[in-house]
Amino acid sequence: MTAKTPSNLEKVLAAGHLAVTSECGPPRNGQAGVVPKKAELIRDYVDAVNITDNQTAVVRQCSLAACIRLKLMGVDPVLQMVTRDRNRIAIQSDLLGATSFGIHNILCLTGDHQRFGDHPNSVNVFDMDSTRLIQTVRMMRDEGRLLGGYQMEEGRPQMFIGAAENPFADPFEIRVLRLAKKVAAGAQFIQTQCIYNMEKFKLWMKGVRDMGLHEEVAILAGVTPMKNVGMARYMKNRVPGIDVPDAIVKRLAGVPKERQAEEGINICLEQIEELRREEGIRGFHIMAIEWEEKVPEIVSRAGLFPRPKVD
Amino acid sequence: MIMAKAKPIAEIISCLEGFKKILVVGCNGCVAVCEAGGLKEVQILAAALRIHFSQQGKRLAVDEISLTRQCDKEYLEDLKDQLDAYDAVVSLACGAGVQFLAERYPDKPIFPGVDTCFLGVTEEQGLWSERCQACGQCVLASTGGICPITRCAKRMLNGPCGGSENGKCEISVLVGRDVPCGWHMIYQRLKQLGQLERFRTPAEDKDWTASRDGGPREIIREDVRP
Repeated sequence: MTAKTPSNLEKVLAAGHLAVTSECGPPRNGQAGVVPKKAELIRDYVDAVNITDNQTAVVRQCSLAACIRLKLMGVDPVLQMVTRDRNRIAIQSDLLGATSFGIHNILCLTGDHQRFGDHPNSVNVFDMDSTRLIQTVRMMRDEGRLLGGYQMEEGRPQMFIGAAENPFADPFEIRVLRLAKKVAAGAQFIQTQCIYNMEKFKLWMKGVRDMGLHEEVAILAGVTPMKNVGMARYMKNRVPGIDVPDAIVKRLAGVPKERQAEEGINICLEQIEELRREEGIRGFHIMAIEWEEKVPEIVSRAGLFPRPKVD
Repeated sequence: MIMAKAKPIAEIISCLEGFKKILVVGCNGCVAVCEAGGLKEVQILAAALRIHFSQQGKRLAVDEISLTRQCDKEYLEDLKDQLDAYDAVVSLACGAGVQFLAERYPDKPIFPGVDTCFLGVTEEQGLWSERCQACGQCVLASTGGICPITRCAKRMLNGPCGGSENGKCEISVLVGRDVPCGWHMIYQRLKQLGQLERFRTPAEDKDWTASRDGGPREIIREDVRP
C-alpha cells in the first residue's frame, strides 16, 4: 500500500506501522488557545488528531476552524464531519475550504441526534448519511466532480477518507455488512466506537476478516480510558451504542476513589495489549475525553512511542 | 390519514378574547377518525368554552357545526349563509382545512383548534403513529415496505446508525418511550423476504425537490381536469 494523499496518517499506515490517533474536543466558546493547548500535549504521541464536530449535538467551536489551527501548528488534523447540520451544499463547501488549508483526513459521520444536545428543539438536516458522505468525498477527490456535476479543473480534495463503525450497536449481524458498505463507498480507515466488550469485538473482527475487509480498510481500534466508576456507569447506561460489561464497572468500583483513574488507565493499556494481537487491527484511536493529558502516558506505556517519521 | 391532536384549551381561549359570537367548525374527515376534530370534539370544545366564559362572567355565544370535509370547496359552501352571524371561527380541521376555510372566507378571523401532527395509522384505539412524511418520491420498494425517511430519526438511507440498542432508536431514552429502530425493522423484513441484496447496494442521494424542500407542492392532472 502506498499513500495517495499527503496525509501523515495515511503514510504511517502505508508504511506498515501501527497508527495512533487521538481527538480534541473544541471548547463551547470562541477562545483561540484551547485546541492548540490540548494538541500541544499530545502532538508528539500521535500521527493525527481528530477534531470532533459538535459531538453529542452540543454547540462548540467548529471542527474546520479547529483543524486549521492544528494544521498551522504542523499537526495532521482529521476533520470530523457530521451530516446532521449541513446539507450537501454546505458539506461540499466545507470540504473545499478544508482542502484550501491542506487538511488531508476526514472522518465521515452521520452524527448524534440533535435531541441529545443543547439545542434539542432545532431542525436536523440529514440530506445524506455517512455512507453517502464517504462516496461524495471520494468522488470529489478521484473524479474532481461535485455532486451537482461541476467538474473541478484544479484544487481537488486530497483526503484520506475515514468512517466510524460501532461493532456494538444492534442488530449485531448487520454491523459487518454495514462496514462492507462503507468500504465499498470508499472508506480507507475506520475508527471504531470505544471497545470495552472484548468478546463481542472479536466476534465482529472475525466477521470482518471472513469478508476480507481487514485487507481493504485500516481498522483503528477505539479505546477510552475511564476516569472513575461514575463515568463507567454513565457510559454503560446513558450513552447510546456503548457496551460496557459489568466486569469493568465492578473492577473500577473495587478500588478506592483516588486510585480509580489509575485503574482506568491500566484497563485501557490491557485493552490495547489484547487488541494489538487481533489480526486486522492497524492502530489505535485513543479518545481520552477531556483527559488529553493522559494520552502521552498511554502511548508510552503501550510501547507505541516514539511515533514513526514517514516523510 | 392526517393525524391531529387538540390544542391546549388555554391557547384557544387566548385567541378568542374580545369576540362575542364564535362558531366551532369540525371536519368529518381524518381528524374525526383520530378523535381530534369531528362533531364529538366540536361539542366538547364548545361546551368547555361556554363554561369558561360564563365563569368569567362574559356573555359569549358558541355554536357548533361539523362539515363533511374542510379540504373541499363544495363542503365549505355549507357555511356561506351562516358565517355572517359570527365574528370568529375555530376550525378543528387539519392545517389544510383551516387554511382552505380561511381562503374561502377571507374576512373572517379563523383560528386552529388542533395541532396537525403527521400522516399515520390507528394502531389501536387511542394510539396513532406516523408512517409517511409525504416526501413525494416513495422508496418503500427498496426498503421492505418500511419507510426510512419516516421511521429513522436521521432519515438514513444506507442502514442503521451506531446508536440503536436492542432494536430501539437512540432517541428512545430522550423521548421517554421505545422508538423502534427503522433500519432494524427494514433489515429484519428484507431478511424475511430474502431481499438482503437490496441492503448491500448504497443508495443514491435523495431528490428532495419532491418534498417540502422544493416549495409548496402541487399535482396537476390534465386527464381529470374539467
